[in-house]
Amino acid sequence: MTSARDRILSRLKSAPRRTMPERPDWAAPRYGEGRMTQFRAMLEAAHADVREVSAAEWPELLRAILAGKGVDQVLFAPATAAGRKLAEAWATGEAPRLVPYDRPIEEMKPVLVHEVQAAVTTARSGIAQTGSLVLWPTPDEPRLMSLLPPIHVVLVDKARIVDSLADTMATEAWAGGMPTNAVLVSGPSKTADIEQTLAYGVHGPKELIVLVIGEAA
Amino acid sequence: MAVEARTSDFGGKARVALNDPKLRANFRRAMDGLMSKRAAQFSDKEEWTALRARGAAVRARALARLPELLEQLEAKLTANGVTVHWAETTAEANAVVLEILQKAGARRVIKGKSMVTEEMHLNAHLEANGIRAVESDLGEYIIQLAGQAPSHIVMPCIHMNKVEIAELFAARIEGQPYTENVDELTAAARKALRDRFADADAGISGVNFAVAETGTLVLIENEGNGRLSTTLPPLHIAVTGIEKVLEKLDDVAPLLSLLPRSATGQVVTTYVNMISGPRKPGEKDGPKEVHLVLLDNGRSRVFCDTELADTLRCIRCAACMNHCPVYTRVGGHTYSFTYPGPIGKILTPQIEGLDCAGDQPHASTLCGACAEVCPVQIPIPDLLARLRTEAVHPTSIAVKGGGSGRSLAESLGWGGWTALYSSPLIYRISTRLLGLFGNLMPACTPMLREWTRIRSKPKFAAKSLHELARERGFSNDER
Amino acid sequence: MSKSGRPHTAYFFGTCLVDLFYPEAGLAGMELLQREGLRVVFPQKQTCCGQPARNNGHPDEARAVARLQLDAFPGDWPIVVPSGSCAGMMKVHYPQLFEGDPDHARAVAFSARVFELTQFLVEVLDAKLTDKGQPLTITWHPSCHAQREMGVVDQPKTLLRQLANVTLVENPREAECCGFGGTFAVRQADISAAMVTDKVASIEQTGAAQVISGDCGCLMNITGAAEKSRKAFTGQHIAEFLLERCHGR
Repeated sequence: MTSARDRILSRLKSAPRRTMPERPDWAAPRYGEGRMTQFRAMLEAAHADVREVSAAEWPELLRAILAGKGVDQVLFAPATAAGRKLAEAWATGEAPRLVPYDRPIEEMKPVLVHEVQAAVTTARSGIAQTGSLVLWPTPDEPRLMSLLPPIHVVLVDKARIVDSLADTMATEAWAGGMPTNAVLVSGPSKTADIEQTLAYGVHGPKELIVLVIGEAA
Repeated sequence: MAVEARTSDFGGKARVALNDPKLRANFRRAMDGLMSKRAAQFSDKEEWTALRARGAAVRARALARLPELLEQLEAKLTANGVTVHWAETTAEANAVVLEILQKAGARRVIKGKSMVTEEMHLNAHLEANGIRAVESDLGEYIIQLAGQAPSHIVMPCIHMNKVEIAELFAARIEGQPYTENVDELTAAARKALRDRFADADAGISGVNFAVAETGTLVLIENEGNGRLSTTLPPLHIAVTGIEKVLEKLDDVAPLLSLLPRSATGQVVTTYVNMISGPRKPGEKDGPKEVHLVLLDNGRSRVFCDTELADTLRCIRCAACMNHCPVYTRVGGHTYSFTYPGPIGKILTPQIEGLDCAGDQPHASTLCGACAEVCPVQIPIPDLLARLRTEAVHPTSIAVKGGGSGRSLAESLGWGGWTALYSSPLIYRISTRLLGLFGNLMPACTPMLREWTRIRSKPKFAAKSLHELARERGFSNDER
Repeated sequence: MSKSGRPHTAYFFGTCLVDLFYPEAGLAGMELLQREGLRVVFPQKQTCCGQPARNNGHPDEARAVARLQLDAFPGDWPIVVPSGSCAGMMKVHYPQLFEGDPDHARAVAFSARVFELTQFLVEVLDAKLTDKGQPLTITWHPSCHAQREMGVVDQPKTLLRQLANVTLVENPREAECCGFGGTFAVRQADISAAMVTDKVASIEQTGAAQVISGDCGCLMNITGAAEKSRKAFTGQHIAEFLLERCHGR
């Protein structure tokens, strides 16, 4: 007895061959000097809060932002460079409590689903065309950090903001090895399912705070 | 869940929809908004032309290599740790999904938006087997609560206004007061679904693009429910049609630039998920098991006709329905089957058969608004005309129910028409007679009855242009 | 500007609808060409482009009728058509219709000679019109096939804007189908009725006294519905309208 797979494939293979068109020229836009302006404008249009800050000052800026929002528990990735820096900077003075994502989700679920109000992750790069952050989760910085807490703070290196998805896929040779899960994030979670009226934070974060780390802000 | 319709009754359902002023207002408002948002995205004609040519070529290339790309996709996904299943029919696909769930002991399922699972009527099948599947896309959640089927492939509850949704939530969500505030309604859904995500044993999602090169499943969405459904539960089952495959990861970029802009006028969706496998050792989250179910359901048959196979290029952006003057007036439920609008009018008769959806290719003026906006250049009006042909003069075994539209009266009618218009002599005599006596034809004759219900009777001219041209001395140079 | 390839003779394909219901529009079209100094040939053998059969799934029947048109226009002069829809059939669909047929090459050559009337007046003849009529407000209705098969969007407006005493008001829903669609108007009569009712309302909202179109199918539908519901505006084919303005009616 043949399988569904064999029957489907044999039907497809028995079909007349067709000509394969070439890929016509198409190039994603280039922004040159206007790259950061485009990146910021697109993210802000999508309701994200974008701040440019120096590598030395971001933990303090973040402390102030989150304090202003009354956040008292922040999920962080303790084993990443950014996580270590945050822990060090917030060790003294008044700061929200840092909750490490250091165990599998099965042990962390209630904390992630109901308790922490914010999470801090890094982005591998930023995409100017669409105002997107490329998240490339790792064992140290798991997927759900950027998804479950109501506020998602993402750090992106200004030097790693590129023009387009096509650009970053090509220059970083994504096709050579994709992670378990990569995600582009282009704003807080939203919906327009009710009368095409935009509403934020339907299932994912209600707020997206983007800290663009560069030279002195 | 809606009961699966076996035959299309386009005219009858359209009549009901046309007489529902609220429904018509909901669609008109929504479609006007979607059309202007899309137009704003593609105001640069040069960019649009180059981008859609690339998009169309990328999809055409993938289809040209479909069987080998499916094998490559399967091999890559398998290497990545994803289990691939094949199903010829929706019943087979339902059985596959059920078996995966039962093997894992899953009782509670959270679903991301997936039109293929609508095509399968998966929820009803799971329900019948004691598994509760909860839709998590807000629009899908709303219509699930209302016990309806989607009326649009991108915005499932577009036929409802906020008053209807407010009433539904107040009646069906425990402790939910009546409110028309969209933020409050959205928050109510978030609250109601939060625990459904947390305690789900499995997540089921669709797929927008399946990349053969890397074994990557691309899934786009705005709400985060797609990410949650595919990340939080220990088991993820993705379901897709066999046509969604792409050759290369690079092909994703132009299509991502076309899809959301065509669909909702957004430059990009909030989330673009690229899933390439289950949780790896050391990773703290993500499903431990990932399955992909590849559904055929007639697609491989459609594929065998090189012209009709263009239908399979579709990336489900819904621009065709947003711009369709017929869809705008009758709404998605008039189409009876899963896929409404122009794409449905060509896909449904091919999948279900012309014998049960033969009226759909004729429910079009062939105005071409759909093809004008299609981001992958599907020649929808030409395919509608082709299906009209298959209904009366079947030429291809790829079309189910070919020939089912034949009738003696119609054959005789078109025979007479051909005789009239292919003979200058008969034509001249007929036009002369119509000029003399045509206006005596009463408005109640079958051809005129419908026309004159809301229009005045056309008036035959006393003399045809042929006669006038002769009289005025215009040359009849036959060389 | 006189283009180097300006023809001295043009064929006129009247269309079956014009022949039966709007012959004056056809005559006006031919006269507009004569005013530009062309010799106009109207082959008496011509009948219909064959679109009704093609659109209803009868390509063999459509081909039989189309073949007669291939025979009726043997010269290599341009074929001018006062309808975007019939022109679209002959320009876009004839080559497809004759795919694999011994007459395919003839059909391709034929299709290359087809022009919609306003397209021909503007692109080939660079016609300049002088308005002698009274002040009038009009709106334009483009047929679907004129817009989307023939790419005729700006040409008719270029001509209408040459008329000094005519105010052209845009209908925001101008590009939307009027709902005729051949047998669609009978097969899906209710939807067709809803579409033309909306079209009539959108024209009425422009406040124009007249709707001008390049396609008699749309006109028959729109003015038929407007007349039955006693709307204040009337409709006219662009050829007839332009000629009347030039004559100063």
